[in-house]
Amino acid sequence: MSAETVKKFISFDALPGFLARAAEHGTVYAPRREGSAVVYRPLKPGDAPELGARPTESCKHVVFPRSETLFSFAGKADAAQPAVRRPVLTESPEPGPAVVFGALSCDARGFLAFDPVYKGSGTGGAAADTYYLRRRSRTLLVVKACKSALNTCFCNWVGGGPASAQGADVLAVEAEQGLVLDILSEQGAIFAETLPAASEGQVGAALAAVKAVEDSLPKAAELSAAPAALASLFSSAEFWKNESAHCLYCGACTYLCPTCYCFNITDESDGLSGVRLRSWDNCMSPLFTLEASGHNPRPNKADRLKNRVGHKFSYYPSLHAGRFSCCGCGRCIKSCPSSVDIRKIVLDAVKEAANV
Amino acid sequence: MSEQTGATAARPTNGAGTRNPYLPMPARVIEVITETPTIKTFRVVLEDEQLMRDFTFQPGQVGQLSMFGVGESTFVINSPPTRKEYLQFSVMRAGENTTALHSLSAGDTVGVRAPLGNCFPYDDMKGKDIVFIGGGIGMAPLRTLLLFMLDNRKDYGKIRLLYGARSPQDMAFSAELPDWLGRADLECTLTIDREAEGWQHKVGLIPNVLLEMHPDPKNCVAITCGPPIMIKFTLQALEKLNFAPEQIYTTLEKRMKCGIGICGRCNIGNKYVCIDGPVFSMAELNAMPNEL
Repeated sequence: MSAETVKKFISFDALPGFLARAAEHGTVYAPRREGSAVVYRPLKPGDAPELGARPTESCKHVVFPRSETLFSFAGKADAAQPAVRRPVLTESPEPGPAVVFGALSCDARGFLAFDPVYKGSGTGGAAADTYYLRRRSRTLLVVKACKSALNTCFCNWVGGGPASAQGADVLAVEAEQGLVLDILSEQGAIFAETLPAASEGQVGAALAAVKAVEDSLPKAAELSAAPAALASLFSSAEFWKNESAHCLYCGACTYLCPTCYCFNITDESDGLSGVRLRSWDNCMSPLFTLEASGHNPRPNKADRLKNRVGHKFSYYPSLHAGRFSCCGCGRCIKSCPSSVDIRKIVLDAVKEAANV
Repeated sequence: MSEQTGATAARPTNGAGTRNPYLPMPARVIEVITETPTIKTFRVVLEDEQLMRDFTFQPGQVGQLSMFGVGESTFVINSPPTRKEYLQFSVMRAGENTTALHSLSAGDTVGVRAPLGNCFPYDDMKGKDIVFIGGGIGMAPLRTLLLFMLDNRKDYGKIRLLYGARSPQDMAFSAELPDWLGRADLECTLTIDREAEGWQHKVGLIPNVLLEMHPDPKNCVAITCGPPIMIKFTLQALEKLNFAPEQIYTTLEKRMKCGIGICGRCNIGNKYVCIDGPVFSMAELNAMPNEL
């Protein structure tokens, strides 16, 4: 939390009412309990966000839906030949504004990995993704600083932290039965404009809370050698066979990952009418790269895990100013049914490359 | 190879950045040519006359053809930019979408997203001798550049084409072969894998015929495309003939969805075949991880 920015305060008691008013201007997503999972869902008026709970999934679906319609098509009679029906395309409608209230800082940073790719600025001149940009520009991110870290958390290894404000419009820190809101963008200021300024005591308590959680994290591992190490191990079949031995290629890691942005495009139709959909895809599946000829450039799970880890810690950084395409949320580790740990793979690669 | 020509000069120019890149342009099929039992050629014009007039592309760039309700797949635009009456795509029937495309007739509507990807660095090839080596459907991308060079004939030295297929029936573009064989400004050699009745050209595998042709690598560029096994042995033959990796170009295909470097399936290391390719020099491929 910086000294220059405006600080506001809202008590937990006032929060449901405040968010209900915010929901009049757009959809407010916040962590909610659903069975044994905690998920980012649209709040209903009067609902309180589950700010103490750590969401099982990331909030990437708010900007990058699990499945979205790119356009619909319908057969319409040709003006010149009425007997002939031709597909007429209709672009899907523009999305409305949204707020994610109580995003984890790792989840907000996930969007920073998407941005250079989807804005088309990453690899010189590629087209921008219309659908992503529409939602991204209309989504306000209120990050809630973590109060503790899990043993799967490693945000501080990859440039983040439990109270990192990167990518956030507002950073919320728990203090004195409420939240101190650090206002970080113009949109954030508009969102919080009706709230009173935080007192010196409240800000002091928030700063102390941030320091306490930051100090509680184990020391970050040094990963600067990872990109070159992974590149050098591309042809080490034995290394990747060992690292992927337990992988079931279920893809749970890809769906839960805040920075995994790959997708599939498919059509669904009933006769001449239908939709073209864009849906999350999973690079761990052998179908991901399977060609119509039967050829598959990544036929084995070792090839696919190598590509997934390689993309996040080597290929992506080489294209995007050295940043890893990983926000250290640890969900891939926590939810892996066979205990594959991406931290171990990257550290093993650094060690292995140093020994060669 | 100049990075400029290969990597940036040929970025999609058709309104990229302003237009929704996922929205195909409706196009009308004006002609369907049955090339072989598995290959059909489609000539299409964009239904929006203004878009068709303004449409520009470079030899080697690709497009996505949409069958609405089935899907999209990537094909090279195999007509040259010097001949703008229509855009031509040749489609080998292999999966669901190509099977659906094969059902198209003249007058039908198809979706087109193009141009995508980079192009052959034809400017850097000016003043040089050219050897095209095409196998099967791999002739399609070579056709674009071949016709482009023939339309700008004075810019290039000696132009040779070696085109091979399994059998005479598997040879696409057969309607054009008499012209190619008859031209004084093109040395065209055809070959098939095994003897066939009535066949008057070479018999033998492409790499062997290439060694027989013995092109001089001096001031020469080789451009090859075809099935992976043919490429593998053709590259060995070119190496034997002393062609340097910088003198050899090929064009790749991968399973693609977005075509604009986002969806994440056509990468080889940090290169995306859809935007950094599909055209690569052997020197570039040698520097990339081996994951073809």
